[in-house]
Amino acid sequence: MNSGIIEAERQDYRVITGWVTEGAAVLELGCGGGELLQMLGRQKHAAVSGIEIDESYIFTCVSRGLSVAHQDIDDGLSEYADEAFDFVIINQCLQELRKPYIVLSEALRVGRRAIIGFPNFAHYSARLQLAAQGRAPVTAALPYQWYDTPNLHFLSIRDFYEYCGKNNISIERQFFLAGNKQVRFWPNLLAYSAIYQISRSRPALLQ
Amino acid sequence: MGTVSKKDKNIGIVETKYFTFAGPADDLLLESGEKLGPITLAYETCGNLDAAKSNAVLIFHALSGDAHVAGYHEGDTSPGWWDDMIGPGKAFDTDKYFVICSNVIGACKGSTGPSSENPQTGRPYDLDFPIVTVKDMVNAQARLMDHLGIDRLLCVAGGSMGGMQALQWAVTYPDRVRSAIPIATAARHSPQQIAFNEVGRQAIMADPNWNGGDYYSGTPPTRGLSVARMVGHITYMSDESMAVKFGRRLREGELKEKFAPDFEVEGYLQYRGDNFVKRFDANSYLYITKALDYFDLYNGKGLEHLLRGVKARFLVVAFKSDWLYPPYQSREIVKACKLSGVDATYCELNSSYGHDAFLLETEEQEYLVKHFLASVSGGNGNEH
Repeated sequence: MNSGIIEAERQDYRVITGWVTEGAAVLELGCGGGELLQMLGRQKHAAVSGIEIDESYIFTCVSRGLSVAHQDIDDGLSEYADEAFDFVIINQCLQELRKPYIVLSEALRVGRRAIIGFPNFAHYSARLQLAAQGRAPVTAALPYQWYDTPNLHFLSIRDFYEYCGKNNISIERQFFLAGNKQVRFWPNLLAYSAIYQISRSRPALLQ
Repeated sequence: MGTVSKKDKNIGIVETKYFTFAGPADDLLLESGEKLGPITLAYETCGNLDAAKSNAVLIFHALSGDAHVAGYHEGDTSPGWWDDMIGPGKAFDTDKYFVICSNVIGACKGSTGPSSENPQTGRPYDLDFPIVTVKDMVNAQARLMDHLGIDRLLCVAGGSMGGMQALQWAVTYPDRVRSAIPIATAARHSPQQIAFNEVGRQAIMADPNWNGGDYYSGTPPTRGLSVARMVGHITYMSDESMAVKFGRRLREGELKEKFAPDFEVEGYLQYRGDNFVKRFDANSYLYITKALDYFDLYNGKGLEHLLRGVKARFLVVAFKSDWLYPPYQSREIVKACKLSGVDATYCELNSSYGHDAFLLETEEQEYLVKHFLASVSGGNGNEH
């Protein structure tokens, strides 16, 4: 497979692959064609599986030898036991879910940790378009016109941070990106996207 | 170059073979508690079994199918029922895999069924034939695998009733199955599915020629069986596929009698029914539909127990327009897999053919099956 080039280009995949532990059990929600899962299988020997709603992506996953279930994440994850996975990944599809709240809490139920990657709606270019031009922003991370977008929810890095605080979620790791470059300062202004590793807050002894 | 169409690429001439077992004192104990023997299974094979006997794929037919799964019988113009899926370079690639398909017990295509001779009377069994279940069918197939020296199957696969057998194999013989492909099927028959089968059975039994199942020396209940098949065909299609295939078109050149079949769809159903009675036994229809209706892997337990202990990897396929075996039933199978830690891939194909899609939408299935089997047999780095 010649996906090596694509894999190298996706900095978010590299970050996530770096975070996932060797041999971990991983479930990716909205796994697309399974590039990330394949990376995790190869590089981290992770036991990987995915859920994807798009039929054509199912075919790609199967051609990669991946286990994938053709279903809607919004219908829940009731078939999985608590902490069935070491990691549940939701990368770049949180904003497309109808019920991100339910999916996030389900992800943290079936996974001991969750890794969440999402586009940052508060990037300065989006702010400028909204404030100066009065237009719904179209940016590199949010490339869709308002009338034709899969995105249902628009969240910023600050929104997600505050959400975690309110919902008793610990942030274990974070990484901010502009294109393929890491953003170290003012992420809510300068980052196109963010990746968080989170877990349910619990007493330190149990962690 | 490139002129060989898919239809031309087949395994050529195949012959039906027969295996007889369960002789005196070795009868097959059925789920009902009754014993059956001797039993003959008609089966066909395609491809070659490798030296390690590790490339065997067992295919199961549906309600009215038979062992003739692919290739041609000498002198025949039409191939086996799943020829699009089985052959050189096809989904079940006979250059790589050894494909076996046998006719189920209770059927009428060479395997022992109600029309077979009852050794105790020298006459056909009729209704003395014991009730058989999907598990009984599978147990008989296991004896055939023993006979062929195949300890472990690379894959068990089938659609509809064939999918039930695949599920049953994975559950009953967890150590003998590496992967399972249940297609357009269910882990148990729903009331609606039972209801349609019951209409078919009642049609057969309402035909005076049925004569309590004793008709082999007289006229068979062709009217009843034909109606049963017509009902079946309605359930195999979808509203959309019927609209596309027939619309409200009228048949031409027919005598306009009152209540003659003047719509094309009526003519089609009658044609299908009339043809079916030439090749199928009414009593077998009763027995096999009952086996379907009794099928219940849940066995009174919850979904989480359904596939406990199963070791096979699963590829579950359903079709969006299939209202006889709706996708929710396949999703339940997938859910049971997940709850039991069974590795499963699920794909809900977007077909308009209804239940028939498992026989017709072969391109998508070919892609899925081919890659799935490659990953099962090759250990694509993702087997764990």
